Amino acid sequence: MQESANRKTKVLIRNLMIAVIAMFGFGFALVPLYDVFCDITGLNGKTDTEAAQVSDVGGIDTDRNIKVQFISHITPGMPWEFRPEVAEVVVHPGETKLVKFYAKNVTSVNMMGQTVPSVAPGEAASYFKKIECFCFEQQSLAGQEDVWMPLRFYIDPEIPDNVKTLTLSYTLYDITAKIES
Amino acid sequence: MKGRNLGWLLLGVLFSSAAWAESKYNLTQGVTDVSHEVYDLHMLVLYICTVIGVIVFGAIFWSMFFHRKSKGHVAATFHESTKVEILWTVIPIIILIAMAVPATKTLIDIENNDDSDLTIQVTGSQWKWHYRYFDKDVEFYSVLTTPKEQWDNRSGEGAEKGENYLLEVDKPLFIPINKKVRFLITSDDVIHSWWVAAFAVKQDAVPGFINEAWTIVNEPGVYRGQCAELCGKDHGYMPIVVEALPEAEFDAWLEEQRLAGIAAAEAEKASLAAMMTMDELMELGETTYVTYCAACHQANGQGLPPTFPALKGSPIAVGDISEHINIVVNGKAGSGMQAFGKQLTLKELAAVVTYERNAWGNNTGDTIQTADVKAAAGM
Amino acid sequence: MTTTATTDTGMAHDEHEHHGPATGFKRWLFTTNHKDIGSMYLWFAFIMFLTGGSMAMVIRAELFQPGLQLIDPDFFNQMTTVHGLIMVFGAVMPAFTGLANWMIPMMIGAPDMALPRLNNWSFWILPFAFSILLMSFFLGGAPNFGWTFYAPLSTTYSNGSTAFFVFAVHIMGISSIMGAINVIVTIMNMRAPGMTYMKMPLFVWTFFITAYLLIAVMPILAGVVTMLLTDTYFGTSFFNAAGGGDPVLFQHIFWFFGHPEVYIMILPAFGIVSTTIPTFSRKKLFGYSSMVYATSSIAFLSFIVWAHHMFTTGMPLVGELFFMYCTMLIAVPTGVKVFNWMATMWRGSISFEVPMMFSIAFVILFTIGGFSGLMLAMAPVDFQYHDTYFVVAHFHYVLVTGSIFSIFAAAYYWLPKWTGFMFNETLAKTHFWCSLISVNLLFFPMHFLGLAGMPRRIPDYALQFADFNMWVSIGGFAFGLSQLIFLAVVIKCIRGGEPAPAKPWDGAEGLEWTVPSPAPYHTFATPPKID
Repeated sequence: MQESANRKTKVLIRNLMIAVIAMFGFGFALVPLYDVFCDITGLNGKTDTEAAQVSDVGGIDTDRNIKVQFISHITPGMPWEFRPEVAEVVVHPGETKLVKFYAKNVTSVNMMGQTVPSVAPGEAASYFKKIECFCFEQQSLAGQEDVWMPLRFYIDPEIPDNVKTLTLSYTLYDITAKIES
Repeated sequence: MKGRNLGWLLLGVLFSSAAWAESKYNLTQGVTDVSHEVYDLHMLVLYICTVIGVIVFGAIFWSMFFHRKSKGHVAATFHESTKVEILWTVIPIIILIAMAVPATKTLIDIENNDDSDLTIQVTGSQWKWHYRYFDKDVEFYSVLTTPKEQWDNRSGEGAEKGENYLLEVDKPLFIPINKKVRFLITSDDVIHSWWVAAFAVKQDAVPGFINEAWTIVNEPGVYRGQCAELCGKDHGYMPIVVEALPEAEFDAWLEEQRLAGIAAAEAEKASLAAMMTMDELMELGETTYVTYCAACHQANGQGLPPTFPALKGSPIAVGDISEHINIVVNGKAGSGMQAFGKQLTLKELAAVVTYERNAWGNNTGDTIQTADVKAAAGM
Repeated sequence: MTTTATTDTGMAHDEHEHHGPATGFKRWLFTTNHKDIGSMYLWFAFIMFLTGGSMAMVIRAELFQPGLQLIDPDFFNQMTTVHGLIMVFGAVMPAFTGLANWMIPMMIGAPDMALPRLNNWSFWILPFAFSILLMSFFLGGAPNFGWTFYAPLSTTYSNGSTAFFVFAVHIMGISSIMGAINVIVTIMNMRAPGMTYMKMPLFVWTFFITAYLLIAVMPILAGVVTMLLTDTYFGTSFFNAAGGGDPVLFQHIFWFFGHPEVYIMILPAFGIVSTTIPTFSRKKLFGYSSMVYATSSIAFLSFIVWAHHMFTTGMPLVGELFFMYCTMLIAVPTGVKVFNWMATMWRGSISFEVPMMFSIAFVILFTIGGFSGLMLAMAPVDFQYHDTYFVVAHFHYVLVTGSIFSIFAAAYYWLPKWTGFMFNETLAKTHFWCSLISVNLLFFPMHFLGLAGMPRRIPDYALQFADFNMWVSIGGFAFGLSQLIFLAVVIKCIRGGEPAPAKPWDGAEGLEWTVPSPAPYHTFATPPKID
């Protein structure tokens, strides 16, 4: 009887430890789970990190207009100029549009920048399809070099009716040090 | 039954009187339709909780008095009742649904950020706010102006505190009344939160992401708020001041700012040719230092190591000039040292670097001119 | 006095047992006895309570008047942070663990906890963990980013205390997890024959459920502080937008732990008052099975409400609605419990010994905390309450007049059993009344401060908040001083007093009252028969 009591205890302890380790793993699993959840729902305003296919476009909804605003946000200490060519455009859902962003490295040394996009309202993010975006890659600029960077996008016609304005903000980070290390 | 209803009605009227609303005990009704809805919801839940509390605590006090052993009360033996359990599960659920309905409606209203008339970009950083009128070339920092003599009482009483102590800034945010104003909120460093109670607007400023909020202010006036997310040592010192103006006045103000901005840009360009004397640099440098640098690096230049290094005798302040300029203009990533390049004019930057290189016995004798700043930091 | 013959119920016994406990410091260092370990946890918790309380005194001293009088803002942030960490992880949780250790084996008729050596280790790593945390004050500054340590304030913008913080929290977490395993195995495997689950005292149930919550969420805390460590020192970007991460992800993971954590801190309190109220009402607990189901529902629901701490982070509407509804739903089983306590008292035969006074105060004041919690659940209004003193009022009502008062109730209830003496009732009643009045002076005005617009975690405030802050500070100093009365009561009681019978409270039920007072070093070497 003592034997089976001991065994019961050992089994229970084993199961509880498995639970502990599983929950520890679950904590880390929440990281990709969060990304997946946000990808599907666009809930934190994160847009796709890969290019959408042009052929995904199902047709242009000419009855609807959506205003798309562009914001450039340069993190403090990043000595580049960075701004959109136009502050806003009006598009039909399904229509492919090209806009450009200007960036200039005003220092005299080579630098590397990374832009991170964020969309408001968050729910609209998953409908904002970027076919070509400078944010997919890191941007290298030599001292005093400038460049016009393209953003080619369309808005999925499935976007909910109540979204009439969409704001896309790019935050520019200096990743020169990160690349060098 | 009627008398009881009348009683509740009177109680409701009593609690909803304006005096109660704007008393120092209660939430503000605010100056927007949304803030009024929010206030009403707050009062509804408060009433319901008060009523439930009175009933439950009443029963407890009743039994404490009437069911006391010392009064000779003999204990009953009942200890369960499925019927009663169901009752006091279902009734609260019904009450909760009654609360959830208006709450849902108000939330749907709040989350509708579309069709705005004006968009303002709000950026929080340690420890100030930055405002930019979207697509209008007007932008500025908004910094606390309560002087140190008022808030630093560590060596005595200090100066008398002003009426808007800790809630005053150099450049308030101006918005028009009766227009839907949309805020796009983000941060340059840690999480902050932009909150104006009079509008019932509070949204976190998350670095790398934008959050939206909107308001339509019904009454002109000055409205004050505070940062609502712990963001470091001066979290309590970065207030928000919004001035709501009638539309025509707002338009005039905006145009004035736009022109002032152009003039300031011209002045900056012109200042590139300026040559200031050591005295001029030290004077401007000292006032700039006291306003922007002393909070962390202290008036005596000794800082608060290790978080805020000393500038007195610091290798940066007596060493390579362009490195010194760079750190002031561009900040130091991953530390509390902000980038002051956008906050200060070229003259102020030149002056403050000069001051730091010569004050407290640093005595390098260096004079930095605006052209040097531009050359070193690519301004 | 019972001698303890060797037993055949399974758990190993030291052959030296019939010589009584060892003497001196070695006794305490090496003990595997649940009563000794329980006492150590309780003393440790009380010392931590006074330490964290001193930090609160510093906070209230600075906030006594507008203006910065005593400390600089950064040190103020260190005080608020470490006050929170100590109270949560050093006072409330160890106190409940101490009560679990002392009472659970006796209540289920077991001779000790299932894993006595693990039990010893679980305790002794705690002083070690807190030494690491407190040491940071002298090594560049203690954590200053709030007990909730949001990124990136706690990572990229930290003051260097992050490493100390993470290691200390890891060790505390291990202690809690090991303790929880011990509690679960003990309850599942060592109940006396005849004690089915539905015959266990509710106290045992609440600790049982709490232990499962600990197993589920403490590892997640371990995960998130590990991510914090790697983000700060090893270049990962879990919470850094520049590297593709998201600061809000931190909040999701933290609160996924954090919300069940606050239920971990209240469920045992529910168990305590479900023991004391029936005793002093001389009436069985009303709705025992309903209480078990309500406690379980609260535990399940606690996993799906976490984002109600995050309504202002930019959550979409559907998220806000979901979390608002679920949070409101938790009010239902909680309300059921309050009604059940009320019904236990109703038409009972009530006497007002000190444990009962604390228990009644718990029911009323915890309910007030529950009401402010319900108000906070209403997402649109939360936009006005969030990060203000309204929240501070809410959680101090549920944690101080809630958890802490229940711990006082438990201490007074079982002191006779632990020490063999009755405590000085006059002194204890003084402790009660001083605490009751001062705690309300301390925390009730905070509701008004929050509604009037005073944010949290600020060392100085606008002038319209001055009057209430002064009263709050006075209440704070008074509450702090009142706890010294409790210390006096306990020390006096240990040293002597009126000898306590096996069952000093005539309405009490439970196996612990069948053994003498003080409880013998070893009890229930032979399991009792339960009918």
